[in-house]
Amino acid sequence: MHEIWFWLVSVMIAIYAVMDGFDFGSGVLHLFVAKTNDERREVLGAIGPLWDGNEVWLLAGGGAMFLAFPKVLAAGFSGFYLAMFLVLWVLLLRGISIEFRSHVQDSLWRAFWDGTFAVSSILLPVLLGAALGNVLRGVPIDANGEFNIPLFTHFGTANPVGILDWYTVLVGVFVLATVTAHGALFLAWKTDGPVHDRSAKLALPLWGVVLVLWIVTTLATHAVNPGLFAAFPKVPLAWLFFVVYLAGLGLVFVGLAKKKRLLSFLGSGAFILGILATSAACVFPVMLRSTLDSAWSLTAHNASVAIHGLRVGLVWWLIGFPLAIGYFAYLFHIHRGKVKAPSEGEGY
Amino acid sequence: MGDPLFWHRLQFGFTASFHYLFPQLTMGLALLIVILKWVARRTGDEAYNDLARFWIRIFGINFAVGVVTGIPLEFQFGTNWASFSRYSGGIIGQTLGMEGMFAFFLESTFLGLLIWGEKKIGPRRHFWAAVALFVGSWLSGYFIIATNAFMQHPVGYTIGADGTLQLASFWQFLMNPWARVQYAHNMVASVVTASFVVAAVGAYWMLKGVHLVHAKRNLKVGVFAGLISALLVAFPTGDLQGKLVAKHQPVALAAMEGRFESGTHAAMNFIGQPNVQERKIDNPIRMPGILSFIAYGSFSSNVKGLNDFPMDQWPTSIEMLYYGFHMMVGLGTFFIALMGLAALYLWRKRLEQSRWLLWMLMLAFPFPYIANTVGWMVAEMGRQPWAVYGLMRTADGASRLVHAGQTVFTTMGFAGLYFVLGLLFFFLIGREIAHGPVATKH
Repeated sequence: MHEIWFWLVSVMIAIYAVMDGFDFGSGVLHLFVAKTNDERREVLGAIGPLWDGNEVWLLAGGGAMFLAFPKVLAAGFSGFYLAMFLVLWVLLLRGISIEFRSHVQDSLWRAFWDGTFAVSSILLPVLLGAALGNVLRGVPIDANGEFNIPLFTHFGTANPVGILDWYTVLVGVFVLATVTAHGALFLAWKTDGPVHDRSAKLALPLWGVVLVLWIVTTLATHAVNPGLFAAFPKVPLAWLFFVVYLAGLGLVFVGLAKKKRLLSFLGSGAFILGILATSAACVFPVMLRSTLDSAWSLTAHNASVAIHGLRVGLVWWLIGFPLAIGYFAYLFHIHRGKVKAPSEGEGY
Repeated sequence: MGDPLFWHRLQFGFTASFHYLFPQLTMGLALLIVILKWVARRTGDEAYNDLARFWIRIFGINFAVGVVTGIPLEFQFGTNWASFSRYSGGIIGQTLGMEGMFAFFLESTFLGLLIWGEKKIGPRRHFWAAVALFVGSWLSGYFIIATNAFMQHPVGYTIGADGTLQLASFWQFLMNPWARVQYAHNMVASVVTASFVVAAVGAYWMLKGVHLVHAKRNLKVGVFAGLISALLVAFPTGDLQGKLVAKHQPVALAAMEGRFESGTHAAMNFIGQPNVQERKIDNPIRMPGILSFIAYGSFSSNVKGLNDFPMDQWPTSIEMLYYGFHMMVGLGTFFIALMGLAALYLWRKRLEQSRWLLWMLMLAFPFPYIANTVGWMVAEMGRQPWAVYGLMRTADGASRLVHAGQTVFTTMGFAGLYFVLGLLFFFLIGREIAHGPVATKH
């Protein structure tokens, strides 16, 4: 049961990364691929009906973690205290910049929200990527299962560490590049005209950057946490996910070459899902690694609630998850095809 | 002031109060939008459809602010109240998880369709999108209330081997009698807020002499829903809530009334200031027997005073609790009187000519917000000094390693951000109301 919940939480977070990933990427790119007001509204029209639902995956994943592993949630959230609030504030600014922009027909009002939308879309993946970096690097969890680290110290990976060091920032930049490239494929899929052309043109160089950063980040991870790679050959599941993400990467390029936009987009989704799942398979059962004493690490076994709660949660989760997938299928069906910039006063 | 606990409490109190200004409108408004659309379908009166669209626009802005101010609360459980989360996550993680799965996905899917999708999905499915949003937001309310009810009156739990709370009975926890009463009380109170806002906008247009067709319908729906919901807030829901507090939190009841001495025929103060140092009420104007009646249904029942409880069980802010309770009850009575009067005038077809009453309806809309906010303050301050009643003290629930320097910083960040957010909100809502019900281009 602990294993199941470890994977449910991981899957929900991975879905979040794929879904909100293309929102972030669209936000990063929209200043460059959409120049006129109509083009910007085309980008917002593509993600507008979806972003809120995408973000629910983060809340639902957090909720699942609260339910199954409250000790991990408590330690992580209070441990990364300041970074958590930065994430919150940027999420807030990003949300209102999407929702408020089109309410007022004024070029300065709109330029302000476009800028806010772009900056927050850049900061969020870097922060969330740095969080992932912290999980991979490990944190100084004490005997009580707690820690609290500042935003930065000496930018090295040895204690006393900060949330941001060279490694976690590198992971953040890798995540930023990945979601930007993912977003370019999404926009190429959902738009036509100049926005499509510019996004499609940017996609290839962006994926080149992702490829380089992927190699650099993998080597850096090996330097920071060699144990992760020692586990890899012994975990068949990790191999499976590794194949998924390599295949995803392949599909991205095949799709780009053949101008099959949806294929590329699905490929980049598989890449993100696969890379997170591979990491999860390698760290299992550890959820937050202690750099002070491996016995103090928080794992799926020592940080979970009692078995009855996990069973009850699984029952309603198995009802709720298909419902959520159903809503998304309906939403994508309603908004199928290329988006058009809506007339003024309607839409985003 | 260097005590992190003070700042944790201030921050959560501030962010939660600010957040709840928005859902209290959207939950109530979701119901009224369904009613407006239903009436439009039944009668074929297109003005009701215009109004539904107008209120959906207001709903959208409120909902967006509600979402972005609600996410911090979920995070703060972990960031600021880590010990509490560690202790009670085995229970309240269930409802917080269910809220995401069953309510948020539903709401986020149908919100976009409701706001922008009318042309795309047609009137029939648009009506059902409104119903879905109503169901989603009211479900969300239940999961949060069930979580809070567990903190007020813990049931369905067992204490695990590591000393943390674990789930014993899911249904007992989910169907907590406290949750059922608190939910009913809270939801009809959110309908009061929405009704007052709808009526106030109607009164505003009517007084200005603009959009008269729509103003009339706003007034009709607002006053009708306002009277019913204001009555339901007091009776039976408020009455039942009072009896639950008397039964399970008698010390909170004593503090709400500033009652120090025990005795029969307990009085209710209409005016008076609690003087905790000298353990009395200054300048009291009171009516004997009322508190006994509220608490136990009989004018002569004995109501225990604070003197008969150990001081370490007393709520930490008796003054705020006292004023919060009296403002809530006073405003609740005023709501019934105002809406009763407005309904009478509406029935006699004199409301539109009675400008003084329209003025009152227009100016009254902030008061339900105040009543809802102080009502929640009574619930939360009455729970003190406990985070989970009788099981965990609030002081033990805060994150142990987070220091005051971190919490003061983030509290100030929220203060600044929410101030700006509030200004933007007023600006956008003001524009919508000024533009009226049929404007699309602005």
